[in-house]
Amino acid sequence: MLGFLARRLLQAVPLLLLISGLVFLLIHAAPGGPLAIYLSNPNVRPEDIERLRRALGLDRPLWQQYWSWLVAFAHGDWGYSFSDGRPVAIRIVERIPATLELVGVSIVTALALTVPTGVLAAVRRGGWFDRITTTGAIAGISLPAFWFGLVLQIVFAIGLHWLPSSGRTTPGWAGGSGGLADHAQHLLLPVTVLAVVQAAGWSRYLRGSMIETLAQPFVLAARARGIPGRDVILRHALRHAIGPVLAVVMVDAALLASGAVVTESVFAWPGLGSLFTEALARRDYSVLMALLMLTSTAIVLFNIVADAAHALVDPRVVEP
Amino acid sequence: MRAPTLLLACLVAAALAAPALAPYPPDQLDLAHRREAPSSAHRFGTDDLGRDVLARVLYGARVSLAVGVLSAAVAGASGIAVGGVAGYAGGALDAVLMRATDAMLAVPRLPLLMIAASVLQPTVPLLVVLIGLAGWMETARVVRAELRTLRSRGFVEGARAAGAGRARLIGVHLLPNAAQAVSVSLTLAVARGVLLESALSFFGVGVQPPQASWGNMLYQAQSTLSTEPWLALAPGLFILLTTLSVNMTGDRLARGAGGR
Repeated sequence: MLGFLARRLLQAVPLLLLISGLVFLLIHAAPGGPLAIYLSNPNVRPEDIERLRRALGLDRPLWQQYWSWLVAFAHGDWGYSFSDGRPVAIRIVERIPATLELVGVSIVTALALTVPTGVLAAVRRGGWFDRITTTGAIAGISLPAFWFGLVLQIVFAIGLHWLPSSGRTTPGWAGGSGGLADHAQHLLLPVTVLAVVQAAGWSRYLRGSMIETLAQPFVLAARARGIPGRDVILRHALRHAIGPVLAVVMVDAALLASGAVVTESVFAWPGLGSLFTEALARRDYSVLMALLMLTSTAIVLFNIVADAAHALVDPRVVEP
Repeated sequence: MRAPTLLLACLVAAALAAPALAPYPPDQLDLAHRREAPSSAHRFGTDDLGRDVLARVLYGARVSLAVGVLSAAVAGASGIAVGGVAGYAGGALDAVLMRATDAMLAVPRLPLLMIAASVLQPTVPLLVVLIGLAGWMETARVVRAELRTLRSRGFVEGARAAGAGRARLIGVHLLPNAAQAVSVSLTLAVARGVLLESALSFFGVGVQPPQASWGNMLYQAQSTLSTEPWLALAPGLFILLTTLSVNMTGDRLARGAGGR
């Protein structure tokens, strides 16, 4: 097991180097590179640009710049935000709680939708429930998340006035007894968007995984031993079938944890996703680069964790 | 013809016939009739410059569908090339190409494209290339997996023994047998291309106004959501109809290909 983990971690190193190179080249392909923000400012003189270029080391060969960026990045020195001059790391850290809250609630909600749907659709395969949820799942996968968010805002915030259209709390709300309810109201619409879209994909995986599991000999054996059908499905089959689904959930969670870019910006949720779109609008490349690197690293690591969890359950995975 | 395919055909036909179907030119300003709710003169209403929303949706369909289909073609061609080489060659080349595929899959697609589009400020053709280059990985994996199982099959061994060259083996024996699995991943790439274009344009880094695309119409609609909500309905509905019909067609193909 340790050897397996070590091998996977070693494989992740060239992977991350490859990704970082890609991201680095992309930012440097920008007209003006990291100095683009100054080039368009008429108050910055050409000799100042030249001085900045040397000060930031932009006159050195590209591979040297990449190397020093990489070393700094690995040490947690992610540079300064162009838009407000504060360290990138601080701007990112202060956004983490909002994103974790939104994503945590969404993942729990999505799983609560996924498990009953996927199990029931697989058990009654081809029945009316299966057909409806299959169509529903394809619709959910096809749904443009940002438009779904706009429609929810139109109906529930603008039309019915039931829920706030955006933000994390009502401005000027100084906590108090209604604070939790206010919070929940703000969460409801963005969570709906994320949960529906995720559950659509996950329930399809679970259904497929359950159908395969239900056909296996150990399920038949459990039935033959006279175990009640419900226990066979929930205790025996589901426990086996949910493994591969959780691996998918882990990777999606890594993607979401680093910012549900679309949903957060539609609902002005002050998390990492909104930070990304704000940085994009201001061409704040140091923030964008750090966010993209963090997300990719999270995805690579969560993949390894998912594999390790899978290997714990099923030792055959460890074989190279 | 099945309902999803029929719907898709209608959407494509409407896009192609946009000049004949549109009641007004898509860029015709009418400042006296700005922000009008849907009526018999403007069935989907008018936007903040008095342009007819129906006309813009129809012309937007041309851009959105073209980006979807062409980006899937770019994704498919690069995916088949990478997956084909990896699956046929095997060994070190296979390992390198598959690690590159893993690396690309670990980068979140939409944020990467948003940065690329913001840096490069692409025209529509370049947008097609960018979206295509961000979407070859799935096809590459499918093609590689298919080739690796096919390579050892009897008919391939037979062709090789009969003296078939590498190009003939790949072009005549291997790829045609992988066609069904590849076509599933291509339909998914079309739906993804439409969604990615609309998302990029929604964030203002995709198709640039005044040219209409469904995504940039939603981008413009977002700022007046509380007063003119209808501006947000039609373009989004058309995106959904397109991705839904493409995905359902893909689902049918997948089941035909022995998927579940």
